[in-house]
Amino acid sequence: MSPREQWVAFLTIVTKEIRRFTRIWPQTLLPPAITMTLYFVIFGNLIGSRVGEMGGFDYMQYIVPGLIMMSVIQNSYGNVVSSFFSTKFQHSIEEMLVSPMPSWIILGGFVVGGMVRGMLVGLIVSMLSLFFTHLSLQHVMVTVVVVVLTAALFSIGGFINAILAKKFDDISIVPTFVLTPLTYLGGVFYSIDMLPEFWRTVSLANPIVYMVNAFRYGVLGVSDVNVYASLATIAGFVAVFFVIALWMLRRGTGIRH
Amino acid sequence: MSALTIRNLTKTYANGVEALKGIDLEVKQGDFFALLGPNGAGKSTTIGVISSLVNKTGGEVSIFGHSLDAERSLAKKKIGVVPQEFNFNQFEKVFDIVVTQAGFYGIPAPLARERAEKYLRQLGLWEKRDMQSRTLSGGMKRRLMIARALVHEPDLLILDEPTAGVDIELRRSMWDFLTRINQEGKTIILTTHYLEEAESLCRNIAIIDHGTIVENTSMRALLEKLQVETFILDLARPVESAPVLDGFEVLLKDSQTLEVAVPKTQSLNTLFVALADQQFEVMSMRNKANRLEELFVRLVEKNLAGEVSA
Repeated sequence: MSPREQWVAFLTIVTKEIRRFTRIWPQTLLPPAITMTLYFVIFGNLIGSRVGEMGGFDYMQYIVPGLIMMSVIQNSYGNVVSSFFSTKFQHSIEEMLVSPMPSWIILGGFVVGGMVRGMLVGLIVSMLSLFFTHLSLQHVMVTVVVVVLTAALFSIGGFINAILAKKFDDISIVPTFVLTPLTYLGGVFYSIDMLPEFWRTVSLANPIVYMVNAFRYGVLGVSDVNVYASLATIAGFVAVFFVIALWMLRRGTGIRH
Repeated sequence: MSALTIRNLTKTYANGVEALKGIDLEVKQGDFFALLGPNGAGKSTTIGVISSLVNKTGGEVSIFGHSLDAERSLAKKKIGVVPQEFNFNQFEKVFDIVVTQAGFYGIPAPLARERAEKYLRQLGLWEKRDMQSRTLSGGMKRRLMIARALVHEPDLLILDEPTAGVDIELRRSMWDFLTRINQEGKTIILTTHYLEEAESLCRNIAIIDHGTIVENTSMRALLEKLQVETFILDLARPVESAPVLDGFEVLLKDSQTLEVAVPKTQSLNTLFVALADQQFEVMSMRNKANRLEELFVRLVEKNLAGEVSA
């Protein structure tokens, strides 16, 4: 395929993915908006007013960046894992496998589709948060880079999960038993500096801590960890996961006999 | 020029099943080729390898001279595949399915939409373009897969049981369509269980059984191998027993129906003269089975007997 044909093929997958999640917006865009609004009302307004300050900000302001990041993570992952698995399940993946598209375009198309949904939901949640608190970006570039990298990383993660999944149960195991606990324990609702030394050290092994804190640094200008080291670490994970996903796709893991 | 060349193709599945045991096959450009075989013979595995849905264990496949290993992209552009099972997104609209497939081949959207309209019209699906594919009937779904396979205008079209579950009227209109595109220059490879379909459409044929090619010749040459043809004769009046006819094997199926095995060395005239001599009046006659079907059964049975005795 010529570079122009590859570009058309890539855009076809991305457009198809965006069309999919916008067509079923009550399942994809509405639920995170409602859930996050409830978080803002309950944790931010009702409980947060009693918590007081955290990291020099009122509690609502402190948790908003984490909740935005949580939306980006869950939706990037959820989009790719469900879309690619249902493509596998309905055998419509064969439409792509018979075509001359190289594997990296298939992977890239699904990943960008997942990133778009993750970032769109992040944007919706950010807009909703403005009804509850004031936000101003302290470091625009850091904010953008960390959102893009995080969305990419979890989109690729969702892709790998979908490749390995054999039944629908398999696509909910990781989000339920891995992503949700890591996100809740990733410093969304608290500063890890509040933890005893042992648990703070344990928390540093949680990659979501770095994403949430790098994003909080971009928005509020405060972080529990080194922001640039965090960005480099996330970028490294993106590269490693991309190579693993591409290897699996080329090999035909779970999709070719 | 060869549209498809297969050399020593082997496939052993992870569970140890040897689906293809080193098959060789050549399909000429412009041919209408039948690949036949009983269930589990290796037809779909062969098509799966050609269309890159199954990883081969060994051997080589070339499409119009382009190796599927070395020139994968060029080779794949030449093939359109209509699989046996429905494999499109059931929630997508008919038009979107075809346009999206064109996009996977790098065809820009305006041209993709133009082609989608062309093929959906040709296959009688244009009125259904905005419907979700899951709402289509079985026959429409098969035609949708043909439109999708043609949208990048491949030189080789491979159809795996395209008329399975399709009513006779629709089946015949699909035959007409396939014959027309073959006459326009497209090479077609067809697998089917309807042997009448293969006999009336295809010029060349390969029969695969237990992962090996047991016959590969022209349809005419294959049919000439048929040594005995069986006919059903409907009689004007009921009879009590089958007539004894020299050189023919006759069975009384019921009081007014005879089944006669006619060797290739005997003419039908001889049969009718002998029947008339014994006061048997024949009102109508038909083949007991399609000629290709008789041959197919014998070839497959022979192959099975060979395996058993081995």
